[in-house]
Amino acid sequence: MTTTSPFLLETRGLSAWFGNAQAVKPTTLGCAANTVTAIIGPSGCGKSTFLRCLNRLHEEVPGARAQGEVFLENGPVYGPGVDPVAVRRKIGMVFQKPNPFPALSILENTVVGLRLAGVRRKNVLRELAERSLRLAALWDEVKDKLDQPGMSLSGGQQQRLCIARALAVEPRVLLMDEPTSALDPVSTARIEELVTELKKEVTVVIVTHNMQQAARISDRTAFFLLGEVVEFGETSRLFTNPVDPRTERYITGRFG
Amino acid sequence: MSRRYFGDYVFRSYGWRHLQSRVMIGLLAAACGLVLLPLFSILGYVVWQGLPALEPAFFTQLPGSVGEAGGGMANAIVGTLTLVGLALLLGLPWGIALGIYLSEYGRGRFASVVRFSVDMLSSVPSIIIGLFVYAWVVIPMKRFSAVSGGVALALLMLPTVARSTEELLKLVPGHVREAGLALGLPRWKVILRIVVRGSLGAIATGVALALARVAGETAPLLFTAFGNRYWNQGLDQPIASLPVQIFNYAISPYEEWHRQAWGGSLVLIALVLGLNISMRAALRRKGKTGDS
Repeated sequence: MTTTSPFLLETRGLSAWFGNAQAVKPTTLGCAANTVTAIIGPSGCGKSTFLRCLNRLHEEVPGARAQGEVFLENGPVYGPGVDPVAVRRKIGMVFQKPNPFPALSILENTVVGLRLAGVRRKNVLRELAERSLRLAALWDEVKDKLDQPGMSLSGGQQQRLCIARALAVEPRVLLMDEPTSALDPVSTARIEELVTELKKEVTVVIVTHNMQQAARISDRTAFFLLGEVVEFGETSRLFTNPVDPRTERYITGRFG
Repeated sequence: MSRRYFGDYVFRSYGWRHLQSRVMIGLLAAACGLVLLPLFSILGYVVWQGLPALEPAFFTQLPGSVGEAGGGMANAIVGTLTLVGLALLLGLPWGIALGIYLSEYGRGRFASVVRFSVDMLSSVPSIIIGLFVYAWVVIPMKRFSAVSGGVALALLMLPTVARSTEELLKLVPGHVREAGLALGLPRWKVILRIVVRGSLGAIATGVALALARVAGETAPLLFTAFGNRYWNQGLDQPIASLPVQIFNYAISPYEEWHRQAWGGSLVLIALVLGLNISMRAALRRKGKTGDS
């Protein structure tokens, strides 16, 4: 690419389909480095699909496809010769339900991405595990039981374990798909705190159902409705002084 | 004049319901007992008849000459273990690979043909499998052999292993696979190192159940492994097995051989049940640590 953009992650006319049904209409968005971008909108508006297009996970669903362009650090994410596996190394993801890998210990879960990418040395893995678990604010709770199954942790801890697992491969971007919707308020608060901390390390794009959450943790917010971006801008501005009447109606709770 | 309260009716109707509930639970317990009766009468009878035959010689010596007292089934015990081992060696990788294919890649026409064929194979009578192996392995080799017996048992194991592996892998939620892909791992690595690895315990149980089932098969061994009254001389030679030995002894006219057939039955049942129970116990232990 010759044009350099101020954004770390950028989409140009990105749209997505499930078979013949268009889930996301052409969308152009940009996320600056070390910011948190929130994506809000009612259920079924395409916000998760949009997120899953960013790391090319969308296309893994049978019949699903995406069109348009995505750039990470000015390099193409879509296009001939781009390996989705390589893209996903740089764009990590955390899911709605905590999903530690079954039968793997806390330690193994944290470093499984590195381990399977060929990192063998035990002390290196151990060090990187500690670093990732500290970043995910989980280290103090698990440092004495790293050999226990990841599944033995509580839901909130499991979700932080998944964050540590995603961070361990040192991605540039972390996508979060409603990461707190299955968690209790205390665990939710911890994850929100964590996201604000993580900004120093990665660029975060977070899909959330919870408008207060978007307002609390994000720098910019995009409001999706029926597969398109209605409004995108500074979070404080969008929530206090929305331009589009549909945004206003949504954030004041009149639909959705 | 006594007034009846609503509570009285409630109390009375509960009494009736309790009675009904007891009767029904009693019926269910009786049905349960009826189901267990055959199992335990088989076990009890085999132990009663078989135990007297189990002298040390039974486990260490070859069969005696016709009509002569003494001798054992050592060669048949070793033979059965050999045949089961061969079946495992030949059937396991193939069956698990099929299961993985059906669960992880199995979409479209070809996969449904494969799935249908596996189901068909599991409903082929075991003696037909034996005949097939006779035609395709025994005749070209020009002799009965341990290998052909192993092939027959492997073919019998294959559908069970493949389908149980498939079903177990399908229990792993899709978002676990997505989480693996999202780490930047190629799909095959996610499947082998995360999905299959996570289900290994359960897959092993499925395999053990399949093994336990084929260990007792007689029909497919009659014209493949054939049987042998001496120690096996090599995998390309006929080999003794407990089920075939039991069959031959049970239809013989000799009292002593009948006694030994019961002893062989007891050993076979103990082998199969032991395998089954120990696998289940191992799985339960794993389940307790949240490590499914």
